[in-house]
Amino acid sequence: MVDAYIFDAVRSPRGKGKKSGSLHEITALSLLTQQLEAIKIRNNLDTSKVDDIIMGCVSPVAGQGADIARSAAITANYNQTAAGVTVNRFCASGLEAVNMAASKVMAGMADMTIGGGVEHMSRVPMGSDGGAMGVDPAIAFDHQIVPQGISADLIATKYGFSRDDCDSYAVESQKRAKKAWDEGRFKNSIVPVKDQLGVTLLSHDEHMRPETNMQSLGSLNPSFEAMGKIMPGMDFVALQKYPELETIKHVHHAGNSSGIVDGAAAVLIGTKEMGEALGLKARARIKSFAEIGSEPTIMLTGPEFVAAKALKRAGMEVNDIDIYELNEAFASVVLRFMQAHNIDHSKINVNGGSIAMGHPLGATGAMILGTMVDELERSDKETSLITLCVGGGMGSATIIERI
Amino acid sequence: MKNFSIDKDEDGILVVTFDMPGRSMNVLNVSSMSEIAELTEMIKSDNSINGAVITSGKKAFCAGADLEEMGGNLSGARGAMKKDPEAAKAELFKNVYKLNKLFRDLEVCGKPVAAALNGLALGGGFEFVMACTGRFIASDNKTAKVGLPEALIGLLPGAGGTQRLPRLVGLMAASAVLLQGKQLSASEAHAMGIFHSAVPGDQLITEAKKWIKANPKAKQPWDMDRFKFPGGAPYTAQGYQMFAGANAMVSKESFGNYPAMRNIIASVYEGSLVPMDAALRIESRYFCDLMLRPESGNMVRSLFLSKQALEKGEARPKGQIKGDITKVGVIGAGFMGAGVAYVSALAGIEVVLIDRDQESADKGKQFAINEQAKRVKRKKTTEEKAAIITDRICATTDYSKLTGVDLVVEAVFENSELKAEITKKAEQFIDQTAIFGSNTSTIPITDLATASVRPDNFIGIHFFSPVHKMMLVEIIKGKKTSDYAISRAIDFVSKIRKVPIVVEDTRGFYANRCVMRYIQEGFNMLSEGIKPALIENAAKMAGMPVGPLSLQDEVAIDLAHKVMLQSRHDLGSQYVEGKGDAIVQTMYEAERFGRKNGKGFYVYEGREKHLWAELDQFALDGILPQQPDVQDVKDRLMYAQAIEAARTMAEGIVHDPREADLGSIFGWGFAPFTGGAISFIDTIGARAFVARSDELLEAYGPQYEVPPLLREMSKTDETFYNKFSR
Repeated sequence: MVDAYIFDAVRSPRGKGKKSGSLHEITALSLLTQQLEAIKIRNNLDTSKVDDIIMGCVSPVAGQGADIARSAAITANYNQTAAGVTVNRFCASGLEAVNMAASKVMAGMADMTIGGGVEHMSRVPMGSDGGAMGVDPAIAFDHQIVPQGISADLIATKYGFSRDDCDSYAVESQKRAKKAWDEGRFKNSIVPVKDQLGVTLLSHDEHMRPETNMQSLGSLNPSFEAMGKIMPGMDFVALQKYPELETIKHVHHAGNSSGIVDGAAAVLIGTKEMGEALGLKARARIKSFAEIGSEPTIMLTGPEFVAAKALKRAGMEVNDIDIYELNEAFASVVLRFMQAHNIDHSKINVNGGSIAMGHPLGATGAMILGTMVDELERSDKETSLITLCVGGGMGSATIIERI
Repeated sequence: MKNFSIDKDEDGILVVTFDMPGRSMNVLNVSSMSEIAELTEMIKSDNSINGAVITSGKKAFCAGADLEEMGGNLSGARGAMKKDPEAAKAELFKNVYKLNKLFRDLEVCGKPVAAALNGLALGGGFEFVMACTGRFIASDNKTAKVGLPEALIGLLPGAGGTQRLPRLVGLMAASAVLLQGKQLSASEAHAMGIFHSAVPGDQLITEAKKWIKANPKAKQPWDMDRFKFPGGAPYTAQGYQMFAGANAMVSKESFGNYPAMRNIIASVYEGSLVPMDAALRIESRYFCDLMLRPESGNMVRSLFLSKQALEKGEARPKGQIKGDITKVGVIGAGFMGAGVAYVSALAGIEVVLIDRDQESADKGKQFAINEQAKRVKRKKTTEEKAAIITDRICATTDYSKLTGVDLVVEAVFENSELKAEITKKAEQFIDQTAIFGSNTSTIPITDLATASVRPDNFIGIHFFSPVHKMMLVEIIKGKKTSDYAISRAIDFVSKIRKVPIVVEDTRGFYANRCVMRYIQEGFNMLSEGIKPALIENAAKMAGMPVGPLSLQDEVAIDLAHKVMLQSRHDLGSQYVEGKGDAIVQTMYEAERFGRKNGKGFYVYEGREKHLWAELDQFALDGILPQQPDVQDVKDRLMYAQAIEAARTMAEGIVHDPREADLGSIFGWGFAPFTGGAISFIDTIGARAFVARSDELLEAYGPQYEVPPLLREMSKTDETFYNKFSR
């Protein structure tokens, strides 16, 4: 098998995913195009060598429909031979795109690829692509599918995380993100987003609330209580899979769940030989990756299992990993992962995460992988495992090793 | 035509009157369906016809499909599956789709057809109406209602109901009608947009004809361009939320036990994505699917056919004839007595309600007054009508007022001496032919009858609480009870519109004996260290209305304690100590009596209740670290009840599986989708049922010992319905 190397990783700052968000004023296509342009310029890349561009996108409709990866390859003026494809593994789409891009390289079927993702949530809201999972009785009814927020609260209930546990986790995420920004830990990979004139529109993550504390979070109402307990009563659906619980405690709210934001990311991947031929410096090697299906009602426990699978594939153990990155979809997801694998908080999400900075669904996986490439270099560490929980009951994970 | 009479006016408009000969109700059966096809052809091809008004010559418009005919189809369909399932399904679909095709042909015949609804239209009757391009309903006739009750008997409205109703009113408005069998009054249905107009009954035909003349090219909305699904189809922003919510609500209501509800939302969902013709085929497929499942057959049999038969007096002994009941005495005006008095007065019976002082008697009557006042407030009745009902109750302390009663129901405390005294007092005044019935729930009737000078006319009439809501009445035969007395008790129960079952005299009779097993098994599991939430949730998932702990709280724990002491006393050395005894004792001593004092196995706070946090103390070796699979818990709860029901059949306590089934559903809420405790066994099959029981016996104890009769039946996989068919 051929080794796949990471040569570069860029991401946009994350704009608030609403009409008042800075990135609402540009298109999804422009957002992704700017990332591909950055890859090209930063690496002085001969784009005729890029075999494929794989982009995660969870709601590939409207402005981000019709294969936005190919569209952005064209608008970023890549050589026309650079193909493009979009993939959807819900929240792990960005990481999945990187893994797929890497696997083409590893299989010897590509020399240079780009993985990444885009989600323009301010214009294409979650759920814009419809989908049978939530409405077709053949799946929604027969398999007790509930919204993710209910699943996150179910995790908290089942594994014993209180509202305070989740809130303190969130406060820490904000603190870490602030510190990381203050120390310039993201500067290497942030590509500021320009407007139609080429003027900088956004150069920082605008969803952050570094002043967050336990008191400010304490005033927020749980987001999923009404749909869980009253209309339409999603708790009672989930409890049919978890009948040993009497009720679901609703602990998640806007402040301890990931933020809705706009963003895009791209990661340049290739063989050692192609890298050398193009004069690129390999920064990290992809050691292993994995994906897994898990129980779909609780939905978000996949990271526990997929991490174990990726570790096994790499011939490693939990303690062999220097730093972990798990997408902060909800506080309980990370708390459960740390509990399951007995991972100290100091080793995971060291620069904050989606609770502070937001979660542009299709792009996040590639963004946090890039964050780890930077962090391994900055902190002089060797290995990192990047993972995300996924809708429908799945998980994706990637282990990288610094060169 | 046999079932329809036709009258054409000078404008070329037919008035088609649906009036089936020799029937009180119009139904859809082979005969009427074939004539609807003829009608459609006539309207379509006869150039002198410009449209048609369809109305009924009876009080009601149409009661829907002929369920007797349907019952046969259900068992036939499942039988044919054994040989070549795919061919059998294809054949079944062809037959089922005929009804949809029939109405669809009428709908697109090219000329306006208006339904003029002068009375009730249910099921297929209402679907017939919705397939008409014009829809008119009488505004001044209270019986002019529409509804789709199919889900209540495990089926779905298979003549376009799952397609046309949501296309008329949207999923939200349609769901109560489709899923819960909610009936709509003329004004409700009109307000929802189902009808073009609601007019006084005598103007129905004129109004319908006017509409026909004005709309010669009438089409259904869904057959026109740019039709939009009201409230949004599934893949619209609004519709998505609605369909997602509908799945959750049905799941929460049914725990997945009612395939009819599931298939109804599947039909609406899939149907809403395609044009009507394809939608109707989809609906028919889901209908066939339900026909092939045991739930529909069991529910039709128990909840419709058997219920009707028993209400009509099926359990009446041979040689006895039906008689009327015009006056009853109720002695003891407590909660039970007051309930009996109220339901009797509701049924038009004069009631003498006796208690030992006037104040208590009046309090009993007040219950009826309060109940009626609620109905007046909700505009369900008028003050005048309410007064007529409550005036039928004479609250008194005077036993001589019992003169002339057909029957007495004694509903005083469970005390043999007190009951004996009352029996003697009453018998001084009641006629020789009058029946004395005791509403005891624990004392053997034969024992109580010793106080009577006419033990042949002494009987048990066991009501369930609350009387005005519970459908079942157990009629208990003492050793000397005559067939005449049974027949008269049936007359009474039928008259108050409840379901009578006749059972032999035994401790706990039928229902309480079986439900006890349910509660005891809950206690057994609690002491084994199974989490209380798992016990309670598994019970509900198995189809029980409430978990065993919750049920015990409702019944009251001090009462359970009393029954326990009484049984221990009565049975002496025969008494078998259960794991629940210690639990009941502890709860009783802690004064945790249940809902009545706000604390029992649950803690009650306003409308909320949650499991008492200290229930772990009853786990003898602590809470099991590895909790059992929920299926195991469900089986334990259901088999414990079903085996007890089988024992009562084997012992001859209950004689007819239909009575055992209805007794289980209406007596203690045994999962209705199963058709009842005996149908539950028959559906699993005696062989498989006994095999599973033996596993449970091995693992959990003698409560799972099946009676020898059932073991014998298992050898040939025989059913109770076959063995005990009348």
